[in-house]
Amino acid sequence: MKTIVMPGNPSCQGCPHAIGLKALGLALEDFVLVIPAGCSTIIAGIHPKATLNVPVLHVPFASAPAVAAGISAAFKRENKKKNVVIWMGDGGADIGFATISGSAVRNDDIIVIVSDNEAYMNTGIQASGTTFWKAKTTTSPAGKREDRKDLAAIMLMHRVPYVATASVGYMNDFIKKLEKVKSIKGFRFIHLHSPCPPGWRFDSSKTVEIARMAVKCGAWILWEFDGKFNLSPASKPYKDKNKRKDLKDYLKMQGRFKGLSENEILEIEKAIDKQWKYIECFENI
Amino acid sequence: MQPIDCLISTPDKGSAGKTGLWRTYKPIVDEKKCNSCMVCWLYCPENVITEGEKCIEIDYEYCKGCGICCEVCAKKAIKMVLEE
Repeated sequence: MKTIVMPGNPSCQGCPHAIGLKALGLALEDFVLVIPAGCSTIIAGIHPKATLNVPVLHVPFASAPAVAAGISAAFKRENKKKNVVIWMGDGGADIGFATISGSAVRNDDIIVIVSDNEAYMNTGIQASGTTFWKAKTTTSPAGKREDRKDLAAIMLMHRVPYVATASVGYMNDFIKKLEKVKSIKGFRFIHLHSPCPPGWRFDSSKTVEIARMAVKCGAWILWEFDGKFNLSPASKPYKDKNKRKDLKDYLKMQGRFKGLSENEILEIEKAIDKQWKYIECFENI
Repeated sequence: MQPIDCLISTPDKGSAGKTGLWRTYKPIVDEKKCNSCMVCWLYCPENVITEGEKCIEIDYEYCKGCGICCEVCAKKAIKMVLEE
């Protein structure tokens, strides 16, 4: 157990990636990080100093799973029990999706963590496949019109040994999942929800609060699949719609939802309900 | 030291310089209220919080002043004060 993120790193104030990376160091012992281009590439450090206290490999978007699988195979050949972790953003997961999918089908022995800040923040907040409904980004100035893809559910359908969602607002839950993940063999996937202060336009002190709020209003659902599909304890109460916090409070906290009409909020609410419906279906399988 | 060693980056504090200079608000810990539960340590993105003798200690050289520690503190022991 060690803290892998060094103080004085180039991440923004209140950066969720730095919080998430810290959990990796606390949960996993011996591991190698593979980071495709994104915010985390910069957080990893500016020469001659590095931020992360673990071996890091910087790779282009689509090659990350191939590189990680290669390292993992080499470790196996040398009889070393080390984990190979890909830490990517939602941009890396969008652009390199074909190779992640291929890697999942081959069941490569790697851990993939997608730290999802719901847009391409590093290049200037362009909308991604996982951007929240109606969110304003530089490529969707009037609010995103397209639907949102559920990456974790897509990976679940690859029938890999382990898939989970996590949130930087629930660190203990995330660390628990990572501790479970390290002893499982095969392709393991964690989708981490990471609210980004400059991209979502909120004050840097609210990162954790907004991450928790997303879970409390049902917009982000924490679940885990390790042979059996389970809702995580933090998300369980919000299966009941009446117990969920008001979605408006969550939207109001963020500048990217400024000026949403009542109708649009209703639409988002419907989309969230739909998401819960199929999560409930998964639970019953 | 080999000439090539200068090309290899090594993990160290302050890869982005003295990030304490980014701060607008400074977190101040109230010794009496802090019970060293270390929740702020868990959520600090900058890793500048350590366990001190009486209460937690903050490394102001690198603290960016994001204010997450102030928000997550259950005892309300951390206050954000405008930097002078």
